Amino acid sequence: MAKGRPEPPSGFTRRLDAAVRGGFPAVSTAALLVMAAVPVGMPGLIAAAALPGVFFWTIFRPGSMPPPVVFALGLLQDLLSFAPLGVGVLTLLLVHGLALRWRDVLVKRSFLAVWLVFCGFAAGAAGLAWGLTAVLNWQSPPVMPGLLQLGLAVGLYPALAWAMSRIHRIMRRVEGAA
Amino acid sequence: MIRLSIPLRQALARLSLPVLIAAAFGTMLLGKADALLVDRARMALADALAPIWGALQEPVGAVRGAVREGQHLLALREENALLREENERLRRWQATALALEAENALLRRQLAWVPDPAPAFRTARVVADAGGTYARAVLLAAGPNHSVRKGQIALDERGFVGRVTEVGSRSARVLLATDINSRIPIVLEGSRARAIMVGNNAARPRLQHWPEGVVPREGDRVVTSAEANAFPAGLPVGVVRWSESGAAEVELFAQLDRLDVLRLFDFGLSGILPPEAVARPEPRPRR
Repeated sequence: MAKGRPEPPSGFTRRLDAAVRGGFPAVSTAALLVMAAVPVGMPGLIAAAALPGVFFWTIFRPGSMPPPVVFALGLLQDLLSFAPLGVGVLTLLLVHGLALRWRDVLVKRSFLAVWLVFCGFAAGAAGLAWGLTAVLNWQSPPVMPGLLQLGLAVGLYPALAWAMSRIHRIMRRVEGAA
Repeated sequence: MIRLSIPLRQALARLSLPVLIAAAFGTMLLGKADALLVDRARMALADALAPIWGALQEPVGAVRGAVREGQHLLALREENALLREENERLRRWQATALALEAENALLRRQLAWVPDPAPAFRTARVVADAGGTYARAVLLAAGPNHSVRKGQIALDERGFVGRVTEVGSRSARVLLATDINSRIPIVLEGSRARAIMVGNNAARPRLQHWPEGVVPREGDRVVTSAEANAFPAGLPVGVVRWSESGAAEVELFAQLDRLDVLRLFDFGLSGILPPEAVARPEPRPRR
């Protein structure tokens, strides 16, 4: 089942190749988070950018998106967005856990079905983040930014998932050839 | 690399998610218990990433400029008519202002008026959004030996933007006037009545606590108040607008959705800071 390491390490370049392939999901998601912090007048973009990456790679390449990586991405999200610490960590970990549990069903579904499921996840994540922010700041934040974040995540998913599935297919082909 | 038996590795893999979820609650507690440590970690990360954001700013700025240029091209005719009309109006105002300036100079000479010293300021570029979903703040890139300090006041080319709340070695965070934690003492210029401008994460902050008997009038100019010694008096903030739901709001002069360069003023004031800024502002160094 372990897709990430099919061949015995028989050379430096081959090991490097495998390492790059294994590390790509985490590094690309982190880079996306950093880029999402560039001000474009859309609050909530950072949180909305983290969710598709974690969701997609958990389903299609869980070996490269283990819980510690999800934890680190959540921490990065919280630190970058100056949100109460731990909100992004918990949200992403729960998304990861649930997606991993339903992975066997989701991995075979069509793109549209996965997107619809993602919408549910994004709504849950936005609601949870709203609730946690309310508890941690001890005042109820306005609802509108949360809805905006949900809309951004749902809207970003197809574009990001298209790029990620292309890369995933290339990686699969390389692994198949090796 | 440590070699583990397969069942042990599987058990560890199964355990790691619950353990990390517990750790997530731990980080929440940590964030509540030691806000200073978390702030320091945030600013360290922002310092490290500020050069990357600064470099990203170039292409993003170019794209944004192109989009704005296109919008301007589309609205050229109406804008031209509007500008012509505004120019006429401003010419009249300019004549009035020149007359008032001359009169003011004359009166000052007669009163032996001691003018306020011109405040020092430096400019800094906005490189990142530091607000997340439920806050309104921006991150500034400052040079390695910058003189930005907590409590300094940020203005764009039109008016009041916010205050510096966290300072790193290469970056600084400015809490915007629209943030839900922002409370700015203001004066309504028409009636000289004091009030508090309260941020609510929307584009227009609300007015609260104006004195009895005075009602903010639509279109009244709003400037900062020197009350509480946090701001100098008279910085331009915005104008009063009554919303459809009947709340007094302030339409800010500053364009908070398109900030690129901010002026940071050091008025050497030591008044109150927003609650999340734990430390007091450092005093101005003696010259």
